[in-house]
Amino acid sequence: VTATWTTIAALAVAAAIIRALGPALVGGRRMPPPVLALTEMLGPAVLAALVVTQTFSGSDRQLVLDARSVGVAAALVLLVFRARMLFVLLAAAVVTALVRAVA
Amino acid sequence: MTTSVVNRSSRAERIREGVELGASPAIATLVVAVSFGVAARPTLGAAGAIVMSAVIFGGSAQFAAVAVLAAGGGTVTAVAAGVLAHARYGPMGMAMAPWMGGSALRRALLSQSLVDPSWALARRGGGFDPAIMFGASVIAYPAWVLGTAAGVAVGGFIGDSHATGLDAVFPAFFLALLVRGDLARGSRAVAAAAAGGALALITIPLVPTGVPVVIACAAAVIGVTR
Repeated sequence: VTATWTTIAALAVAAAIIRALGPALVGGRRMPPPVLALTEMLGPAVLAALVVTQTFSGSDRQLVLDARSVGVAAALVLLVFRARMLFVLLAAAVVTALVRAVA
Repeated sequence: MTTSVVNRSSRAERIREGVELGASPAIATLVVAVSFGVAARPTLGAAGAIVMSAVIFGGSAQFAAVAVLAAGGGTVTAVAAGVLAHARYGPMGMAMAPWMGGSALRRALLSQSLVDPSWALARRGGGFDPAIMFGASVIAYPAWVLGTAAGVAVGGFIGDSHATGLDAVFPAFFLALLVRGDLARGSRAVAAAAAGGALALITIPLVPTGVPVVIACAAAVIGVTR
């Protein structure tokens, strides 16, 4: 029980510090153009990494190809055809659930 | 005088815009939170699971730490796993820092609303709008905490929350932001996305959960090359 609360407390403090580090230390300051170019490209790099990890990660560091990848592929097709955002997200869930139901 | 009034009202508007933009990912957040509540209750207890969501507000860190505790690991290992899973918020915080005003304390407090969907929605052109991030998290935070409570409450009744397919909503959401926003902004963004995705894919089997996204941040150096 003590281990649980110690973990929660310590992780809460660590998580808050990680979030605050950049904004507190270098926030509000003018940045040289190379730094801004770097942070600007952090967007697409992080987004692509989130898509990849949340689509292909299994448990315990495994790379998996499961129903999620079909759902995300369906979302990509709909995005190319300029479907509405909410429809895209709904389709990803429905297609993934259908593939799971069939498999 | 007039300017400050205009600015103030426009900030309220941007927060409201953030709330609206954040509504659809908040639904997915709610579902992930329910699955966290279900998964965490046997290890943390009902109160532990809900308090953890309230004070950490970070799914990947929470799932990682609970997985270690559930497997019999100690506090130090659990916190370390959580920190690694959470580490991407370091560079993501750096990316938004130049666009945040006010005192260091205010910026530190505002940065606590940093979660993936809100951060992704708040990027504007080459910049960042903290008011949008805050607005999106105003709706994501209650979704996260109340969803956890719901998961704790219904626990045993839900067998496998993954049967819904809602775990595909987040990758689809980030993909939508990528395709609609970033990739339209030139070949450099496309290269950064390709390199980031490839780095993450390669490192998934090699490093703990969450770390592939941190490694993928290295792809941003494409921004300073020419």
